Amino acid sequence: MYRSHVLVCGGTGCTSSGSAKIIEEFEKEIAATGLQDEVRVVRTGCFGLCALGPVVIIYPEGAFYSRVDPKDVKEIVDEHLLKGRIVRRLLYTETVQEDHISSLNETGFYKKQKRVALRNCGVINPEDINEYIAYDGYQALGKVLTEMTPDDVIDVLNRSGLRGRGGAGFPTGRKWTFAKNQPAGQKYVCCNADEGDPGAFMDRSVLEGDPHVVLEAMAIAGYTIGSNQGYIYVRAEYPIAVKRLEIAIEQAREMGLLGKNILGTGFDFDIELRLGSGAFVCGEETALMTSIEGHRGEPRPRPPFPAVKGLFGKSSILNNVETWANIPQIILKGPEWFASMGTETSKGTKVFALGGKIHNTGLVEIPMGTTLREIVEEIGGGCPGGKKFKAAQTGGPSGGCIPASKIDTPIDYENLIAIGSMMGSGGLIVMDEDNCMVDIAKFFLEFTVDESCGKCSPCRIGTKRLYEMLDKVTRGEATLEDLDKMEKLCYYIKDNALCGLGQTAPNPVLSTLRYFRDEYVAHVVDKRCPAGVCKHLLQYQIVADKCKGCTLCARNCPVGAISGTVKNPHVIDQSKCIKCGACMEKCKFGAIVRK
Amino acid sequence: MKSLAELQALRDKMKDQMGIRGDDSKNIRVVVGMATCGIAAGARPVLHAFTEEVAKRGLKDVTVAQTGCIGICQYEPVVEVMEPGKEKVTYVKMTPEKAVKVVNDHLVNGNVVTEYTIGAVAK
Repeated sequence: MYRSHVLVCGGTGCTSSGSAKIIEEFEKEIAATGLQDEVRVVRTGCFGLCALGPVVIIYPEGAFYSRVDPKDVKEIVDEHLLKGRIVRRLLYTETVQEDHISSLNETGFYKKQKRVALRNCGVINPEDINEYIAYDGYQALGKVLTEMTPDDVIDVLNRSGLRGRGGAGFPTGRKWTFAKNQPAGQKYVCCNADEGDPGAFMDRSVLEGDPHVVLEAMAIAGYTIGSNQGYIYVRAEYPIAVKRLEIAIEQAREMGLLGKNILGTGFDFDIELRLGSGAFVCGEETALMTSIEGHRGEPRPRPPFPAVKGLFGKSSILNNVETWANIPQIILKGPEWFASMGTETSKGTKVFALGGKIHNTGLVEIPMGTTLREIVEEIGGGCPGGKKFKAAQTGGPSGGCIPASKIDTPIDYENLIAIGSMMGSGGLIVMDEDNCMVDIAKFFLEFTVDESCGKCSPCRIGTKRLYEMLDKVTRGEATLEDLDKMEKLCYYIKDNALCGLGQTAPNPVLSTLRYFRDEYVAHVVDKRCPAGVCKHLLQYQIVADKCKGCTLCARNCPVGAISGTVKNPHVIDQSKCIKCGACMEKCKFGAIVRK
Repeated sequence: MKSLAELQALRDKMKDQMGIRGDDSKNIRVVVGMATCGIAAGARPVLHAFTEEVAKRGLKDVTVAQTGCIGICQYEPVVEVMEPGKEKVTYVKMTPEKAVKVVNDHLVNGNVVTEYTIGAVAK
């Protein structure tokens, strides 16, 4: 029996900031103090507060240590584990009160969160099936197999109001009904873990922190629609997630929770992994299935929908990782419990990957209907450096931006569509006053141009032309007429592209045009970038009155564009300047300005 | 794993080992003094005895923790039992055998072992 558990985050964020080394140190120091039979070190999934990684939580005290350095480990072991004195200087400052240490759940970051899909992330060891079982793992599968008919399962899903978390929000119960009603025969259950939006890592975190929940939910789906084979399509760029899935599948098979005759009920179900090589379009359902089949990942027209003719031409369902992660709990706690969270049309919670210009970068899960203001200001802790919040991009390259004026909109599927964005899979990128919205639109479009599979011309050619127009705007070479043309082209692509990638690709342009047209006009008419981002429209100048003639700027200019003599004001030759900003960074007198 | 019953049995067994990671604010806290003085006087075997005994009896509402020096070094090993809403009980000069009795009488049956408390020993 261990008296203390040391939980070290083994998510990708904390792993990249050195948590593996920390685990090693803990094991070494714990052995050195002879505590190895009393204290257990556990590598968990993501705790969510990636900005403060590497993160360590020690139970039973629940002490939350943030930004732990391998050098700190000895002190934690000697003081906390051996002598029982919490090392206050390493605690997450928000938990340290004058007279006591408050619970993590009382901090701004966690207070408003409600963890359903992420309930086990950062709590269990994802590489040990026993820990998942301790938290009611595979109980939902047991309940479905012994007490429920396939129709009961679908009825529960329908009543829960669960909708697809991959972005489009299609009701999950209805999707399963289509597949179930297809004539019996070979059917497939697929999991979409091809998370490709820049800045999104919800699915990765679930797979890394709680892989068994996906396996369990897929087996439930197999029973419901009459399938005995599942496929998880996961990006090869997620090595930790892939490894943990492999371990999870292996352990589930050993325990008889996957394979033949599960729990003695006569139901067979097995799961295989398929690794994607990182094409964004393979997150689209038909392209994903084409890729599993071994072909080049390209979408095909629908109908026929996958429920009728999907993987290998057979009836199939595909759900996103986060959707799967909700299902076992809906079965166990009941549809009413799930439907009690959220808004009229969007039930439950949603996981967002919070990134960009925000204090608490990380993973958050909130009930639907929470406002953007609560996410950005209360959970996220606002923009760093006291900068003003300008907009947030949801849905990545398929979504749009939510401007500051709409910050009080309750977040659900319908509201986001109404304001020209979309839920998307959950990337939430925050932008402050230093971000140029034209540049942001250009960034996302560059991504879709790159990722377009090339099968249909509206997407292949249209996005490229659209990108060129945006580029013209950022160079100050566009006219107002170009803006109208751009808008027209956007709608053309939306209406004519073959799959979701193309149909949604113009969204970042349309939504920035809608809310930040003045910035576009400033680029076009005044030849000026209000945020000071677009290089072609910038000029660095030296204010003669402030320049002391120290020559520091001239010595640091990589292209020798600055001239002047010692103790005399210097000048920048605009024809040579590459606008790198090195001079401004170096100047000690604030004599260089950007216009 | 051949049946749901088997799965549930495994869950219950595992749950006991994981309870430590839950919210323990309503638990009875058994705090063992583990500063240099406590350890030198033999606090470690006492701590072990508490964890083993609490686990053996499956007491889910008890948290065994450590603390630093309480300040009465001549009475070490010192163990404090804090029950929400009740006055703190301080046991002194503890041994593993005494720990087992405290778990048995105090934690399970609610009877303070008066003879081990500081009030009795310091007289």
